[in-house]
Amino acid sequence: MPETLSSTSVGLVTPQVARFDTPLMLACGRELPAFELVYETYGTLNETASNAVLICHALSGHHHAAGYHHVDDRKPGWWDAHIGPGKSIDTRRFFVISVNNLGGCHGSTGPSSENPATGRIWGPDFPLMTVTDWVHSQAMLADRLGIQQFAAVVGGSLGGMQVLQWAMTLPERVANATVIAATPRLSAQNIAFNEVARQAIRSDPEFFDGWYSEHQTLPRQGLRLARMVGHITYLSEHSMGARFGRDLRTDSLNYGYDVEFEVESYLRYQGDTFSTRFDANTYLLMTKALDYFDPAGEHDDNLPQALSTASCRFLVVSFSTDWRFAPARSRELVDALLRAGKHVSYANIDSPHGHDAFLLPNERYEAVLGGFMTRIANDVERAAGDHA
Amino acid sequence: MRADLALIYDWVPQGARVLDLGCGDGTLLAALSAQKQVTGYGLEIDSDGISRCLEKGVDVIEQDLDQGLANIPDDAFDLVIMTQALQVLRRPDLMLDEMLRVANECIIAFPNFAWWRHRLSLGLKGRMPVSRSLPHAWYDTPNIHLSTFRDFSDLCRMQGHTITDRAVGNGSKEGQWRHRRWPNLFGQDAIFRVRR
Repeated sequence: MPETLSSTSVGLVTPQVARFDTPLMLACGRELPAFELVYETYGTLNETASNAVLICHALSGHHHAAGYHHVDDRKPGWWDAHIGPGKSIDTRRFFVISVNNLGGCHGSTGPSSENPATGRIWGPDFPLMTVTDWVHSQAMLADRLGIQQFAAVVGGSLGGMQVLQWAMTLPERVANATVIAATPRLSAQNIAFNEVARQAIRSDPEFFDGWYSEHQTLPRQGLRLARMVGHITYLSEHSMGARFGRDLRTDSLNYGYDVEFEVESYLRYQGDTFSTRFDANTYLLMTKALDYFDPAGEHDDNLPQALSTASCRFLVVSFSTDWRFAPARSRELVDALLRAGKHVSYANIDSPHGHDAFLLPNERYEAVLGGFMTRIANDVERAAGDHA
Repeated sequence: MRADLALIYDWVPQGARVLDLGCGDGTLLAALSAQKQVTGYGLEIDSDGISRCLEKGVDVIEQDLDQGLANIPDDAFDLVIMTQALQVLRRPDLMLDEMLRVANECIIAFPNFAWWRHRLSLGLKGRMPVSRSLPHAWYDTPNIHLSTFRDFSDLCRMQGHTITDRAVGNGSKEGQWRHRRWPNLFGQDAIFRVRR
């Protein structure tokens, strides 16, 4: 944490835990008898509970979206660029909730939790989750917090898919939906990358079919490789080139397989840090949830029909150099929303940073997201004024 | 509101489904939706315009009009509006057909190149006209297909569309829009209402 905290930071935050003893029926046909969700909130819920914003996280994200946990934290939450007083998602006006998804590895019930039925760690027995399951679990948390309708549900990448699912599954509970750097379904290429990542993990000799914790080990090499592959897809060729080029770590080539290029060193570093803080079973589960997401598939590949239940206003945002979920994927969604006659706005933001751009500061991105959120805050406050 | 927008506002029926091509900051759509229960979208490529629309609650989609309207189904709207964009398009003729594919009616406003001051500038001074409606110098203008009131009438007829109303205006002052005599000569800006 910086010594003097910026006035646009939410400051120190403490995660909270919500325990649910009502069973959750899952898309895979199995049932979670009880579960816990870890979440953080920023800002204050107004009297009519009409200013709540739900933040949905991406593949490797979690509940810590803004601010700092400890004074000695080096980095703030993953979406700190956009959540805080005076930022796009203004915590002076909104009550912001960010949840660690079920199946995650940052406190919510997941593969590394204990299975109450067996007393063992769930491990690979933890049921596969879908985006719809997450929506249902998040709705239970909203009930707990007394939130009937979210002023907005917001998310990027896998988070954007959750937003879309919220709008379709529980339309009466979403007033506005912001779908950022996402896609209405993965392409074969996307699934292929996910499969390479999964194979990297599953073929690690320390994986033990997912029972690594019972063997007191971790499939670090597999997770490291999976992250390296993933990381390449999150950046653009340009951003990698601009950052590393073909720079060498040493003065000359050494004709061996040790690190020679800066980019190799960077990828190994990214893989190493990730492999010590992320759970392999969770990574497998999250990539599967990505692959499964296909609302149009449930409606004879008719996306406008799939979206027909939605009643909120949509903002769709893509980034020019994102090739993981390219702007064309967002356009597909926008066109389908248009065909379905929904309220939709769309902006394609120029950025050199590829898929990762949705996490980074960018003037135009902030103007678009901020503009949309400002209008929502105005509406909420006007309605609250009328109510009072 | 700009005088041309005010006239267009009057021409839009209550509750219409409207597509506004090059909607700018969304002023027209915001007024139409607040006072005439109009629904629909603006298409825009200018980033400031898009942000302003979002703040106003106007549904705006970033789309380059030169890429066409292929993503919009036939008859999806009651009315398509395009103000001050016809002259910057690569193929205004194709756009006119597209507009009358997605709606039965369209309203188009554009600068009239045959306005007498423009004629004077070119005819007497031998220079490309610069005016309020054509504010750019010849070398940095986005206007690549300037036309006259009469040119546009001819285009509509040639493509088999029906002009149901038209007006010209001078300056941005309100109340100056009318069905003038010799509109081709005396109108600085032209507005056409065209049906299939």
